[in-house]
Amino acid sequence: MSTAEATTTRGATLPMSEGGTAGQIGRALRTPGGAVFVLVAVLLVCVIAANPNFGEPGSLIRFIGRTAPIAIAAMGQYFVIVSGEFDLSMGSVVTMQVVLAGNFIGQDESRVLPVMVLMVVLGTLVGVVNGLATTLLKVPSFIVTLGTMLALSGLVLYLTGGAATGNPIDSFRQIGRGGIEGVPVLEVIPYPAIILLVLAVAAVWLMRRPFGRTLVAVGDNPQAVHLSGSATWWLKTRAFILSSLAATVAGIILVGYAGVHPSVGQGYEFTAITAVVVGGVVLGGGRGWVLSAAAGAFALELLFTLLNFVGVASTWRDTVQGVIIIVAVAIGARAWQGGRRRRSAEPTTPGAEQRHTESATTTPPDPGTT
Amino acid sequence: MNALARLRPTRLTSTGIVYLVLVLVLVLGAIITAAAGRNFFSAGNISAILTGTSILGFIAIGQTLVILAGSLDLSVPYVASLASLLGGVTMAGQTGNIPLAVVTALGVAALIGLVNGLVVAYLHVHGFIATLGMGLILAGYLGTNYKGSAGSAPRDFRLIGALNIGPVPLSTIIMLGCAVLVILLLRRTRIGHHLYAVGGSKDVARLSGVRTQPPVVLAHVLCSVLAGMAGLLLLARLSVGSPTIGTQGGYDLMSIAAVVLGGTVLAGGKGNILGTLGGVAIFAVMDNVMGVMQLNAFLQDVVRGLVIVVAVAVYARRNADLRPARFERSRAARHTSAPTTAGGAA
Repeated sequence: MSTAEATTTRGATLPMSEGGTAGQIGRALRTPGGAVFVLVAVLLVCVIAANPNFGEPGSLIRFIGRTAPIAIAAMGQYFVIVSGEFDLSMGSVVTMQVVLAGNFIGQDESRVLPVMVLMVVLGTLVGVVNGLATTLLKVPSFIVTLGTMLALSGLVLYLTGGAATGNPIDSFRQIGRGGIEGVPVLEVIPYPAIILLVLAVAAVWLMRRPFGRTLVAVGDNPQAVHLSGSATWWLKTRAFILSSLAATVAGIILVGYAGVHPSVGQGYEFTAITAVVVGGVVLGGGRGWVLSAAAGAFALELLFTLLNFVGVASTWRDTVQGVIIIVAVAIGARAWQGGRRRRSAEPTTPGAEQRHTESATTTPPDPGTT
Repeated sequence: MNALARLRPTRLTSTGIVYLVLVLVLVLGAIITAAAGRNFFSAGNISAILTGTSILGFIAIGQTLVILAGSLDLSVPYVASLASLLGGVTMAGQTGNIPLAVVTALGVAALIGLVNGLVVAYLHVHGFIATLGMGLILAGYLGTNYKGSAGSAPRDFRLIGALNIGPVPLSTIIMLGCAVLVILLLRRTRIGHHLYAVGGSKDVARLSGVRTQPPVVLAHVLCSVLAGMAGLLLLARLSVGSPTIGTQGGYDLMSIAAVVLGGTVLAGGKGNILGTLGGVAIFAVMDNVMGVMQLNAFLQDVVRGLVIVVAVAVYARRNADLRPARFERSRAARHTSAPTTAGGAA
């Protein structure tokens, strides 16, 4: 409930921060953003129960490496969603980067660096276009990014003729495929896992900076942020740039795994949005943690792994994913709404506020009652 | 019209702009087609354009209802696929089975819409997620149970897709009939007015004594039924049901684009069916011209993407200007920017 606001936007001055670190963590786990970590833990136990081999450190770290691209994409999507927008162009950006890497790097070692710079520049450009069209032209981001999605994927398919083309040199593919060998317990640390860790730390740092805090505020109440003097257009544009860059990184990693094909990025935007939403981040903005978005990606992947081990036909994967996101969001909507309603109806006397807080932490008020 | 817009920016509604854009696209299309040595206004070509409007038209009308209510429906392509399969399998080539097949397909579609609506209205799940989830559920069902196209439509049913009255296809007439019914629902009934109220501001609607859930549920049910009708029409055209026909058309995002192109506000509460029909027609004319010019199929997507963003940008600027001025600064901005945007809109 409001603990999320307390830690992400307010600082520790509200009554919810009482009860020491343990109490804070306990309350945090009851928010949708915290509950996803519990969900990940439960799913992990289930997967290991279904297949004990999965619990070995070596295979766990490989799983983290496999999930890294989608987790990175989810963190990028988080920045956009928490600011109250959508980014549907992510999948096309992934496709574009994969095809670029395949065609421009080829078997030439010396081209790796310049092409990666080009990929970053193009990724930034897509973000800038999305952001400026959303904020300055006032086109809903859903439509803007739908437009860039159609335009980019059409362009890539046109240039490649819709078939797999190009094969980047192995040293470039090692970024997604390889890792640091000969580590004692883990055997190997995949590079994607390291990239994920670095980006996660950077994202958390960014969300604690004024930029991150204002970004959440923009998602919650753009009018207030605008009136308080922040340049909302630049905030949101930066969110779109971060999202495109996250897609770029995901694309670079995916080249190592999947190779070059125009279908590599297909549906990535919806998977990323699903992961963000399973992580308890509210569509429409203003609520949720960045790490929960990454955890949402892990929850989804663990779920699929579990279904795989249990022997469910892969065609049912979609159905299960559909049920999960509806249920997750339905539960999340109840919990966040409890927090929101209590805040909007905040009483003036401190005693009453205390009572409200207590009742809210034990049983979230029914959102349907008022 | 242009001079009028320049003088009195408030006279031209967003639906007016949609049809201005449509006229512009028609003129451009006629010129481009003529340059390629073809006749744009031949009966065959007009019939082809109108045929192009009917399927997206059904889905976009439903999508308008849902968007007006402040929700979204991403499950429509899967509903259309499912309806085409259920219809085809139930008919199995027998003319006598047609009524049963239509009832089955539309009934299942209505049921799916009901679930969508209940989840959105009562569980407070955002329409985007509820219908994305429903779409995934249906995708899993379709992928597991149908490996390819199935069923077959009898000749009598195929006529719906093939018959023309003059240059106007029967399917377009059915679609326009549905549009008129939905317009009457929105303009003449209480629940239609409530739909606008709930989409505009749920809290204000609730505080004014409107029960906010029934309009949302109704919008979702009607949207799914209309998507089911689109599926049946696809069945009539292809004579077999196909599990991928809806997703191939990209009807989820294209219908949303058509609705927004038609001047309906994506956040809900503002817009109308006439605008949506204009948006669908713009897409149909564009597709027709690009088809006649034999533009690469992938490049067609690029053009569509650019047109969507540019067109919506034009409306969005106008809407921003038409908002009542609350502060000195924005009033000044409105005065200075009005002539340029009016010129840009025309």
